[in-house]
Amino acid sequence: MKIKDLTKKYDGRAVVDSVSFEIPKGKVLSLIGPNGAGKSTVMGMISRLIARDSGLVDFEGKDISKWKSKELAKRLAILTQTNNVQMKLTVQELVTFGRFPYSGGRVTPEDEAIIQKALDYMELGAVKDQFIDELSGGQRQRAYIAMVIAQDTEYVLLDEPTNNLDIYHASNMMKIVRRLCDELGKTVILVLHEINYAAFYSDYICAFKDGKICRFGTVEEVMTKENLSEIYNVDFEIMEIEGKPLSIYY
Amino acid sequence: MDAPYRWKPVTVRSQYKGGITIKRYTSTVLLIILLAVLSVWSLFIGVLDIDPANLFSGDLEQIEIFLISRLPRLLAILCTGVGMSVAGLIMQQLCMNKFVSPTTGATISSAQFGILMALLFMPRSTLWGRAVFAFVFAVLGTWIFVWFIQRIQFKDVVMVPLVGIMFGNIISGVTNYFAYKYDMTQALSTWLVGHFNMVLRGRYEIVYLVVPLVIIAFIYANHFNIVGMGKDFSENLGVHYNFVLFMGLTIAAMITASVVVVVGSVSYIGLIVPNLVAMFKGDKIRGALIDTALFGSIFVLVCDMIGRVVIFPYELPIELIIGIVGSLVFIVMLLYRLNHGRKAVRLGGKPGPNVSTMEGGVEA
Repeated sequence: MKIKDLTKKYDGRAVVDSVSFEIPKGKVLSLIGPNGAGKSTVMGMISRLIARDSGLVDFEGKDISKWKSKELAKRLAILTQTNNVQMKLTVQELVTFGRFPYSGGRVTPEDEAIIQKALDYMELGAVKDQFIDELSGGQRQRAYIAMVIAQDTEYVLLDEPTNNLDIYHASNMMKIVRRLCDELGKTVILVLHEINYAAFYSDYICAFKDGKICRFGTVEEVMTKENLSEIYNVDFEIMEIEGKPLSIYY
Repeated sequence: MDAPYRWKPVTVRSQYKGGITIKRYTSTVLLIILLAVLSVWSLFIGVLDIDPANLFSGDLEQIEIFLISRLPRLLAILCTGVGMSVAGLIMQQLCMNKFVSPTTGATISSAQFGILMALLFMPRSTLWGRAVFAFVFAVLGTWIFVWFIQRIQFKDVVMVPLVGIMFGNIISGVTNYFAYKYDMTQALSTWLVGHFNMVLRGRYEIVYLVVPLVIIAFIYANHFNIVGMGKDFSENLGVHYNFVLFMGLTIAAMITASVVVVVGSVSYIGLIVPNLVAMFKGDKIRGALIDTALFGSIFVLVCDMIGRVVIFPYELPIELIIGIVGSLVFIVMLLYRLNHGRKAVRLGGKPGPNVSTMEGGVEA
């Protein structure tokens, strides 16, 4: 997946300003940066949720806007935080929606098996008949991830998956992200606020500032004192824990 | 009520599913039986006594009353109940708001405005001509309402139906203004207050349009559900949000209009019935639609029977009875919600193992 000169303007102001990068396949890529840096907008544009003003998003040799929405839904899944949480759907019903691009409303035995696997993988078997609005935040997030797993896409895009989760559930969510990549071979792209989660659990980091890419590289390349200070305008210390560069800021 | 299922072979997957499957259909079977009993009973309520014995022995006069008046009335009632409750269900899902319905979404008042326009501009129009006007206006009115609430992006759930009620009242105001100005109030009153006593063979058949429309709604139930989850959610699954949204609203508006043209305004059903059924069955449309339709027709039928019996041999308009019964049910429902939140009412035993013990079951 290649992104070239991606630009988005709101009221004449460029929120995303000619951004170009390539998404490494089969890796976890985190998009970080201060509020309003444009990371979520980039995520929206590369997943066809937000219309772009100019630039190219080349997805498997074809521009993303040329893809049929249903075909794209079999290859790329995006999870945002804007879902209707009031809906009284059971976990199983939600996960079943993941098969919608494949079989519409008619669930085949094959779909059934995939749904079951996704539920088991996210350890939701015991709560599969509960309504999603009765679950805890961590469980609900896992239910959505199970739906994405059932969707069986090569690319998984997650917009702030740790939002509203406490430290325990947030770190669990990041472990799940790692497993999606390592065990299921997916390419995962995340928008994250917590830079240490990005540093510890991803392979690459793309840092945004003022609508432009400020740094792009492996975790080790991006996570330096100088880089982070420049991105966030805050003083940083870097410590190595379990071989990963983690940051301290205050 | 498990008896009817005894003959059903338990399938392979049923080790944890079987119990739920039976529970899942119990309510539907109960509602069908109740509706059948009430339907037959209602056929024999009326000013003229009809005796089943005479009917079957071939009393021509009685058969005629039966076919011209009683049976059409019953069918119209069933279509009204099914139509209004399903229209409400679709609108609530698509607008992601449990208080939206044909009444609070300006659909009914738009349909009435359409009928007035037909009476004004095509005084000789047939029922079908008026129906076309009602369809067009109901669809446009509903679209404008939803377009408007999408633009404003209200954060508060209650604001949406309030805006709908205001919008509906504006349309009603305009309707009344024209009705007074052109001396149409008498003619229009038929469509303002819903009632079934004008339902006779030959002048109610438009209401049958409800049936194919409800079937279409059932076919696209999953699309409506997905759209109800939000725009990003539907685009992710390859569902065209705006297209499904406006198609769904069109279906709901057409259902409403075909009821309004024949019966007049029937409020509350579209608001209460889907909410009540969702408390038991959840929001999955495929699972709740049939029960919603059945319960809606039972509700209308019972209200109509009350209206026919209370001041016998005269009868009260259905809108009046539904208004009284409906508001009572609505208040009870609101109080229940206040005390219990949107917790589901479980028919089938305990909701599984304790939630808290399941926390964080995933460890890497």
